[in-house]
Amino acid sequence: MKLETIVNKLGLRLLCSEKKLKQEITGGYASDLLSNVIARSKQGDVWVTMMSHANIIAVAVLKDLGGIIITEGREPDTDTIKKATEEQVPLMLTTLSTFQVVGKLYEMGIHPGS
Amino acid sequence: MDNTFLQTFKIQGGNIYNAGKASTEIKAILKQLGINAKIVRRVAIASYEAEMNVVMYAKQATLKFEVSPSQISITVEDEGPGIPDVGLAMQEGYSTATPEMREMGFGAGMGLPNIKKNSDYLKIESILGKGTKVTITLNVN
Ligand SMILES: Nc1ncnc2c1ncn2[C@@H]1O[C@H](COP(=O)(O)OP(=O)(O)OP(=O)(O)O)[C@@H](O)[C@H]1O
Ligand SMILES: [Mg+2]
Repeated sequence: MKLETIVNKLGLRLLCSEKKLKQEITGGYASDLLSNVIARSKQGDVWVTMMSHANIIAVAVLKDLGGIIITEGREPDTDTIKKATEEQVPLMLTTLSTFQVVGKLYEMGIHPGS
Repeated sequence: MDNTFLQTFKIQGGNIYNAGKASTEIKAILKQLGINAKIVRRVAIASYEAEMNVVMYAKQATLKFEVSPSQISITVEDEGPGIPDVGLAMQEGYSTATPEMREMGFGAGMGLPNIKKNSDYLKIESILGKGTKVTITLNVN
C-alpha cells in the first residue's frame, strides 16, 4: 500500500519528505524502545511511536523504514524535523493513540512486515 | 573493489539527544560502495548499537571502520568505566540505563544482543576504570 493512502485514510499531518508518498509500505511495527525497533522492525515498515526526538530518525534510516507516525499529538522539535528532511524520512503526526493507529492500520491490511 | 577502505570517526559521550552520526555515515558509504543491502543494514545496526553505548556510558571513543573485499569491520575503542561483567551485559534485557535514557527510548538491554545477531564475529574487551573495546566483523560473501 502506498504511504499516501495511509496518510489520507488516517488523516495524518505529513511534516516532510513528500517525495516518499508514492512509496510502498510493506508492514508495520510499534514500539517506544529504540533497540526493540532495531531488532524487530522490517524494511519498508511504517513505525508507530509516541517518541518525537531526533534519535528516531537515525533508527528509521538504519532500518530503511517507510515512515514514522508520531502519536498522541506529540510534536517533534526542529532538530528532529531538520534531520528527517535531510534523510528523507516521512514524519507524520496524529492525535490518535498508538493503539488506535495500529488498529486502523491493521484494518487497512498493514500487518507485521517480513 | 580491490582496495581497502578505511575511515575513523570520533564519538563523543554524553549527548543522547541527537546521536548516531557515525553509523548513518557508515551506512551511506557502504551503499555507495555497492555492498549488498542486507549486509549494509546489518553493519549499520551493529555500528549504531556500539556507537550509542559510547554515547550513553563512556566519555569518548574512536570508531575504526574498515572495508576489504572479503570483510567489513568496526572497532570501537572507548575511554570509559568499562563493563564489570561482559557475560551479564550480553544478556537480553540487562541494562544500567538511567531514567533519562529510558525516557528517550534507550535501555531495552538489547544493544549488545543486537550486535551479536547482526555480526559474524564479536569480541568485547573491557578494563574496569579504563574503557571498552568492541570489535565487530562481518563477512561480505
Ligand atoms: N561501552 C560501554 N561502556 C560501559 N558500559 C557499557 C558499554 N556498553 C554496554 N555497557 C553496559 O552493558 C549494558 C548492556 O548494554 P546493551 O547495549 O545491551 O543495553 P543498553 O545500552 O542498556 O540498552 P539498549 O542498547 O537496548 O538501549 C549497559 O546497560 C551498560 O551497563
Ligand atoms: Mg545499548
